[in-house]
Amino acid sequence: MEAFAKIDILERVDGSAVVEAIKAGRLHNFPGGVHPPEAKLLSNQAPIASMPVPKTLYIPLKQHSGMQGSLIVAVGDRVKKGQALTHSSHPFAVPVHASTSGIITDITEHPSAHASGLPETTIVLKPDGAEDWHIMPPFENYRTVEPITLIERICDAGISGLGGAGFPTHIKTQHNHDVECLIINGIECEPYISSDDRIMREHAWQIKQGIDILRYLVNPKAIIIAVESNKPEAFDALKTACGSDASITMASIPTKYPAGGEKQLIQALTGHEVPRSGLPMDIGCMMFNVGTCFAIADAIIYGKALVQRVVTLTGEALKAPQNVWALLGTPMADLLAFAQYQPAKQKRHKVIMGGPMMGFTVTNDNVPVVKITNCVLVPAADELPDIDDEKPCIRCGYCTDVCPAGLLPQQLYWYSKAKDFAKAEEYALADCIECGACAYVCPSEIPLVQYYRQAKAEIKAQLDEQQKSEKAKQRFEQRQARLEAEKHAREEKHRKAAEARKAAMENNGGDAKAKIAAALARAKAKKQQAAKANDAGTPDNNDESSE
Amino acid sequence: MSLFAFALIILGLLALIFGAILGYSAIKFKVESDPLVDQIDAMLPQTQCGQCGYPGCKPYAEAIANGDEINKCPPGGEATIKKLADLMGVEPKPLDSAHGVEDVKKVAYIREAECIGCTKCIQACPVDAIIGAAKQMHTVIVDECTGCDLCVAPCPVDCIDMLPVKETPANFKWHLGKNVSGTVGNIDIKQVS
Amino acid sequence: MQFSLSSSPHNRVRRDTASVMRAVCYACIPGIMAQLWFFGWGVLIQLILAIATAVVTEAGIMKLRKRAAKHVLSDYSAVLTALLLAVSIPPLAPWWLIVIGTFFSIAIVKQLYGGLGFNMFNPAMGGYVMLLISFPLAMTMWVPVQNMAIYPYDFADALSVIFTGFSVSGYDMTQLRLGVDGVTQATPLDAVRSSLLLGETYSEALQASIFNSDSGFAYGWSWVALAYLAGGLFLLWRKIISWHMPLSMLAGVIVTAAILNMLMPDATGGILFHLLSGAVLFGAFFIVTDPVSGSTTPKGRIIFGVLIGFWTVVIRTFGGYPDAVAFAVLLMNIAVPLIDYYTQPRTYGARS
Repeated sequence: MEAFAKIDILERVDGSAVVEAIKAGRLHNFPGGVHPPEAKLLSNQAPIASMPVPKTLYIPLKQHSGMQGSLIVAVGDRVKKGQALTHSSHPFAVPVHASTSGIITDITEHPSAHASGLPETTIVLKPDGAEDWHIMPPFENYRTVEPITLIERICDAGISGLGGAGFPTHIKTQHNHDVECLIINGIECEPYISSDDRIMREHAWQIKQGIDILRYLVNPKAIIIAVESNKPEAFDALKTACGSDASITMASIPTKYPAGGEKQLIQALTGHEVPRSGLPMDIGCMMFNVGTCFAIADAIIYGKALVQRVVTLTGEALKAPQNVWALLGTPMADLLAFAQYQPAKQKRHKVIMGGPMMGFTVTNDNVPVVKITNCVLVPAADELPDIDDEKPCIRCGYCTDVCPAGLLPQQLYWYSKAKDFAKAEEYALADCIECGACAYVCPSEIPLVQYYRQAKAEIKAQLDEQQKSEKAKQRFEQRQARLEAEKHAREEKHRKAAEARKAAMENNGGDAKAKIAAALARAKAKKQQAAKANDAGTPDNNDESSE
Repeated sequence: MSLFAFALIILGLLALIFGAILGYSAIKFKVESDPLVDQIDAMLPQTQCGQCGYPGCKPYAEAIANGDEINKCPPGGEATIKKLADLMGVEPKPLDSAHGVEDVKKVAYIREAECIGCTKCIQACPVDAIIGAAKQMHTVIVDECTGCDLCVAPCPVDCIDMLPVKETPANFKWHLGKNVSGTVGNIDIKQVS
Repeated sequence: MQFSLSSSPHNRVRRDTASVMRAVCYACIPGIMAQLWFFGWGVLIQLILAIATAVVTEAGIMKLRKRAAKHVLSDYSAVLTALLLAVSIPPLAPWWLIVIGTFFSIAIVKQLYGGLGFNMFNPAMGGYVMLLISFPLAMTMWVPVQNMAIYPYDFADALSVIFTGFSVSGYDMTQLRLGVDGVTQATPLDAVRSSLLLGETYSEALQASIFNSDSGFAYGWSWVALAYLAGGLFLLWRKIISWHMPLSMLAGVIVTAAILNMLMPDATGGILFHLLSGAVLFGAFFIVTDPVSGSTTPKGRIIFGVLIGFWTVVIRTFGGYPDAVAFAVLLMNIAVPLIDYYTQPRTYGARS
């Protein structure tokens, strides 16, 4: 009967039950999703290549979600490869490092690796070509080291999630709950991208090392490695590396976009859902990208900070699409040159950082590779459709059918467009993961996600504004109260002084009267004197003034 | 006659019953709401700039509650007027240009080298967002500045600039077409009206 | 080097509104062919008249609204509306009937509400119901299946009847409507309805010459319905329409018909009769699937479809008109906002 007991899908998962189900081939599904052309073959055939060190590196201070650190180097400093450039005691900050040895020639505002391309503080590094490493002391035997030391190392090595969101990794590992499922995400559901695919094929052993370190840190009940079914080579490589480890379960997930989304993968593996505005940890799950596992092993076992990552260079406007190890801070121009960019193949010059579903267009070729840059997609003219005019919504509901978050994209569209943000929030705009499935299927070619993003940004701005005005109001009222109190205090002081004078006068009353009488007498005498002088015909003003 | 009386009694009873229900529900389901002035005050931008002619947002809120025009707040702009119109149940009006025009959000910056430390701006600031002391350089706490402009006029050496709030990736509003970094192609979606 | 910008997703299914509308038009072809085969050239002339009226009306209103007409016409939605209305009216109906109906569909039902995407009611059904109420006689002048007619007509006859009221050889509608047995032919629904009104039972009604079996299968008429079913299955296969609405409408028809037939077997038709006569199959795949005026939530679509099926059979059985798909659709169109509001799906991670 127990099997039929209704489980609450928003409650904690049971690690052993999940593993049992996966081993029996019972996976769950997540609603919606789309099957865009995968186009992975373009880039996943050749091994990951090494690039020549670029002439200049642009290292932004902030490359992850959270806080940026403060600078600990200055212009003119010589730095070693892997040397930290920023420092912060804020828990949500991770440092950035020199991607190679060289001299810091400038610290300036530089176009950011962000859809806005707005400038951000960036360190400009001139490589000296020596590749002179600054190695942190390796913890080859990390099981004898306190977990907190390892977590500090993960932070010091600058590791943030390499899958896309860029959440600081050490925050996740500092857990204080029991972990049921440690999920290693090797899904890579975005079309075109193959950086995780290649790293799984070529570095399965080091990924396994990273998983072992995570196991030591979080002590999960079950470890599941999930790979999408369109990457059999990667699956086999990881299986070879982890096959002898009975505590690791391999799961092949049917190919469907966005199966690699954190929430969707948890749903596909466990059947449970992460509660709204909650974290995977709330249901006992913890997820890391395969690339992050690789970087963790690098940091702990080899003492190397995160200075490079695998970037897929792909698209039909590149003559040599492939995966490369790119130093963080490598400008787009170097990547494009390495992959032999053919601008003539594009009608409008366009470079997408990330995949075709969630990536953003970069503003120019100076934009650097950052920790979340998993792909640079350069489509040829007819490879991806150009933006067309938006047509009226015909309410076909295709968007509802493909939404993995169970939203009504059409309602969100109406309310976002009408700037009725209260209604948009009521229809759970905040739960939209911006996967783009709705806009992908929309026959009216409405840029739905663009509307949602603008509405979200507007809602956030309004919220900030509201908080700010609330604070301003408080400060104004406090100031008014202070001024009032000061005025009151001043009046009080004056009143007291006046009282004191009055009291003093009253105290030596006789003396005062005598003085007044004397003064009056003096004045009288003077008058008489003046009258006399007038009679004599010689007015004497001097006499009066001398009084 | 008896029919007439009967009808009167029935109607009277019905009136009593419904009256009782209405009276009961008026008490039972009473909506607790903020006093009007507080509701209006919550909609105003709290810049305390005084452009409306009142010495702060709260006094203006009180004035609106007493029947003053709703279109005297330039920092709030059309959005605030619309909200106030909804609340007060009147037609929204265009901003009264006698009180100023809607502008981008700005904050004050003191050119610190030129500051003589006269404290006049400190006294003018309605939200205590300027720090400094007599004969010492002053500076603006940018996060607390409401952009009210009140510190600019008193400065004897004109060393205060009102600068627009900078757009950063963090407060980017996804208007790709208005990107400041000079892009070749703007996003070309002709949205249907 | 500066790059041009766009917003994600950068890829898109290359199936736009126009191609969806075109696909639905193509899916009507089997049904239209069947209608041509059984009811003659009149159908084609009505189609041409309807499409021409629709295009001219839409272009004219776009001009009045100061929008680019070309852009709007190229989405084929007006053509589809015209097509759906044209196949619903009697093939030899006078020319002004379809012109007025199409004009009403496009100008009043669709454009006055804001054009494509904003109309509350199904335009074709709105036009159809307006015609049915305003011109009840002309709207019931169906001709018999051509090889059962005394006076079958050809293309020139059709043209002549539609524009003058008389065929080339001088027959009028009353004569053209005579069947080989000398009885004026009606639609199967009309036939059953008038028999029932005369006090006959349902099984007696099925003895009329229009039916060729006791099951309620009407020669010609039911073939047309099946041809539309084929077109509908094509749309389902190409995933142009989702299964929710057609299947739930058919389920609504079947269940309601089964219950009513069980309760009063003499007074109403059986399941097969209801499915194969009138506009049920056509409506299930081509009318209720109109996205603009239908429900959009997954659960809502099912409720919408089931209730249309329910009302169709109920109005057919108890109402004043023989067929009721159009009425049922309009009735449910009104209920769509309500249905949508109460059938919102559960968001990921939310308590229901």
